[in-house]
Amino acid sequence: MSTISLQDTHHDDHGHGHHHETFLTKYVFSQDHKMIAKQFLITGIIMAVIAMALSILFRIQLAWPDQTFPLLETFLGKWAEGGRIKPDFFLALVTIHGTIMVFFVLTAGLSGTFSNLLIPLQLGARDMASPFLNMLSYWFFFGACVVMMGSFFTQTGPASAGWTVYPPLSAVPKAMPGSNIGMTLWLISMVMFVASSLMGGINYVSTVLNMRTKGMDLWKMPLTIWAFFLTAILGILSFPVLVAGVVLLVFDRSFGTSFYLSDMVFGTQIMPNEGGSPILWQHLFWFLGHPEVYIVIMPALGISSEIISVNSRKPIFGYHAMVYSLIGITVLSFIVWGHHMFVTGMNPLLGGVFMITTLIIAVPSAVKTFNYLATLWRGNIRFTPAMLFAIGLVSFFISGGLTGIFLGNASLDINLHDTYFVVAHFHLVMGSAAIFGMLAGVYHWYPKMFGRMMNPKLAYLHFWITFICAYLVFFPLHFLGLDGVPRRYYAFTEFEFMQKWLTVNVFVTWAAIIAALAQVAFLFNFFYSIFKGKKAPQNPWEANTLEWTTPVEHLHGNWPGEIPTVYRWPYDYSKPGAEHDFIPQTVPFSQTMSSNLPHDFEGNEEAERIQKEWEANNKPAQ
Amino acid sequence: MSLRKFIVNKTIAGLAVLFTVFSSMTAFAQEAAATATAKPVDMGQVHKSALFYVLMFLLLCLFIAIVGKALKVYELTRETQGKSEGINWNTVNAVLFAIFLIVGLYGVYWEYTVHGNMILPEAASEHGKKIDEMFNLTLIITTIVFIATHIVLFSFAYFYKSSGKRKAYYYPHNNTLEKIWTLVPALVLTVLVLMGFLTWRSIFYKVEDPNNKPLSIEITSSQFQWDVRYPGPDGLIGLKNYKLITSLNALGIDFNDKNSLDDLVADEIVIPVNKPVRFTLTSKDVIHSFYLPHFRVQLNTVPGMTSYFEFTPTITTADMKTKTNDPKFDYILLCSKICGANHFNMQKKVRVVSEQEYKEWLVGQSTYLTNDLRKAFNLPIPPAAKTADTAATASTVAVGATNQLALKK
Repeated sequence: MSTISLQDTHHDDHGHGHHHETFLTKYVFSQDHKMIAKQFLITGIIMAVIAMALSILFRIQLAWPDQTFPLLETFLGKWAEGGRIKPDFFLALVTIHGTIMVFFVLTAGLSGTFSNLLIPLQLGARDMASPFLNMLSYWFFFGACVVMMGSFFTQTGPASAGWTVYPPLSAVPKAMPGSNIGMTLWLISMVMFVASSLMGGINYVSTVLNMRTKGMDLWKMPLTIWAFFLTAILGILSFPVLVAGVVLLVFDRSFGTSFYLSDMVFGTQIMPNEGGSPILWQHLFWFLGHPEVYIVIMPALGISSEIISVNSRKPIFGYHAMVYSLIGITVLSFIVWGHHMFVTGMNPLLGGVFMITTLIIAVPSAVKTFNYLATLWRGNIRFTPAMLFAIGLVSFFISGGLTGIFLGNASLDINLHDTYFVVAHFHLVMGSAAIFGMLAGVYHWYPKMFGRMMNPKLAYLHFWITFICAYLVFFPLHFLGLDGVPRRYYAFTEFEFMQKWLTVNVFVTWAAIIAALAQVAFLFNFFYSIFKGKKAPQNPWEANTLEWTTPVEHLHGNWPGEIPTVYRWPYDYSKPGAEHDFIPQTVPFSQTMSSNLPHDFEGNEEAERIQKEWEANNKPAQ
Repeated sequence: MSLRKFIVNKTIAGLAVLFTVFSSMTAFAQEAAATATAKPVDMGQVHKSALFYVLMFLLLCLFIAIVGKALKVYELTRETQGKSEGINWNTVNAVLFAIFLIVGLYGVYWEYTVHGNMILPEAASEHGKKIDEMFNLTLIITTIVFIATHIVLFSFAYFYKSSGKRKAYYYPHNNTLEKIWTLVPALVLTVLVLMGFLTWRSIFYKVEDPNNKPLSIEITSSQFQWDVRYPGPDGLIGLKNYKLITSLNALGIDFNDKNSLDDLVADEIVIPVNKPVRFTLTSKDVIHSFYLPHFRVQLNTVPGMTSYFEFTPTITTADMKTKTNDPKFDYILLCSKICGANHFNMQKKVRVVSEQEYKEWLVGQSTYLTNDLRKAFNLPIPPAAKTADTAATASTVAVGATNQLALKK
């Protein structure tokens, strides 16, 4: 179906049922962006629950390394013989936890869901530029999830070389059991995932560039769209590099090439590979991997910008600065990947260069944080569940961002690299912050997605337990790192100096378990409200953006009549002189003469003249 | 109407809440008591105990549901009375943020003082001191920002909660403010970058002092052990080649290079204090990471690539024992790059000793070259008396035996 026909004719004959939707085309192979968004979201939530369960498993191992849990054997079989998780399986758990969380939850689940949902709705488009590609994007993602989970059912277990799968560990099956078929599946899954992400990204970019409604110029786009747009660009430019890397790794593993391998001996068996460099993989991986963390966090920042503005009933502070800082992050994120490699033996000169670029990227991040704070200042804050999570995001973004200043400094990284400090850092800044962005988005746009409201009280409970427990889990971990405890350690029992952290581990594990249980409140709320939630009103949060002008009941093509025209930026909240504390984007300035400000007209002299005239005429009336 | 009168009664509604809470609590208490008695025998009844925890959780859910319903009843009664909403959740959340701020600040203080005291002792190397200084500076700056921004964030959340009466202040931008909070972080970061850059250079670009040449030690990592090779009296470590690796010659040392002939095996790393050491890092199989946290030293060992880390230890193990007040203290070498199943237990003891002790220790170490290896490399096997001035004449065979043991380990 071409988009032109959609825009030109669709609205006229809608309701005449000119395409019959079957169950298969409506719920399974849907080409409707709203349905695809829901598919992404629900798949993302399921994967998140799986990844969370994996994390609880390895947290149990870390907390009680000497204890047996016979129940684990019941569920995990030979991976937990005698009720104790095996070291190999422990590594598989951390690897798959990381992979799922980073790629399937925080990339596809976050960006996939909200880009799909909001780009057409907030821009005033009937659907994505290519609905078919959009559908394919979801199904490739789904396939990637299935393949990844399938690796749990292999004889040798899933990939276990860490989510960064550094060769030679990941390349040589002899190095660890996880590097057998499990690793092959990991690579296949990743190729499918990248294909999905590219199809999505291309779609997002072309939709944003070509399909904005009348009046929606780039500077009238909500920050969510800016964030999704820049995220998509990042993805398009960086994901192909990962595919290149992955294909070379497939060659090394299966066809005897030596891109990453050289000079290896396992036991006394001398491997034939010569001339490759393991460092090459790290360059290729992190060339994606670092933009990837911004792919994860930028949509969350965009979502929270919107939510904080709506619920503070205030325009987002420094809209232009917010956009420019996003652009700055986008550009800079391509030249900082080396900070993951300070101590890999990379030329130290490069370490110095990457340190400089890395610390520069802290500047736009700081600007964003201060702008959030300024938005809250003298606001009229409504603590909707979405707002709570958005504030939580800001808190995590600050906490995790600040520890990034330690790690971005090559000299300090020498002693912190690959320790728990790193674990704590990225779980706060890209784990917790991005998850909170995602949850904020779910709570905020749930009425749009499902036409019903979630239970706010359950959401408060969910927020407070999760927020507190996330800090209880990750804050103490910094100190393990400062004590030189490396990450991905199966047990802390073998080193004298780590004994003192065992009790901390127990505490952290309990906090993690409580946080995990709190998610039940969310899951229940989410699935229950789909069917039994209160019916959503047209504009439950009194927001300005276009998506709230669409009918609550979904229809293919989004707006029953013509697509509304946009006249103003999306952040006219609490404008002095206005009747309500929000003015939707679709309200022309001619209807809000009493609240127009000079900067609204962006130098349009005619409009300014009319405004002045009106003000002159209406002065006595005041 | 009578029903309404009944519900309207505020006290009854309140009592209902109290009653549900109380009854659930007692139910909990009973359950808890049941656990206490059941625990000692739970090993045999795994499934029962699992079921028990599941039931506990369901009970908790039920409890929450009851509280939720009670709240709803309360709110409905308020509504029927025509009064405003029962509980102002906006205020509740705002107050919770304020409480979170206060408790959180105390928590941070507690963490800094309690867990902060459990971290690594002072750096035991020259460059480590610089790193620690920088760490402290960064810590001070980030802590100030951390505390300040959180106070601002949560107190704004508290003070600017919606009251229903007030209108928010329309304040879309202020370029001066933007400039300030772009430039200030940029300046602070510039200082940190410059310091970091200089420290980094001083660590990795060492100018060699001809009078104080570093001691060379070669480290070979493999799953899951560290092999240490010291140069012999010539001070030079000989070549090695992975293709020469056999069960006899586990490191693949090339004994055709005469520098290799006197290289020594060591089963721990012993280094003299205040003398630069240069570690040559290599790996046999996968990537490992040579991590000496106490010296602020870390560098990956990469197969197919040799890397170097040079530093000067400044505190002997004995001194560190007194400094940390821990008689069991030892410097340790760990692997910090995931390398396989036993990644968590890939360690080697490191000892920093005085120059004198080091020399004494070195004399006791044996060479890699054994008679078997001599045969393999077609080297002449010298009579025992000729071997060396250091090794005792009697024990060449014994030395050979220990060497082989070390190699097989």
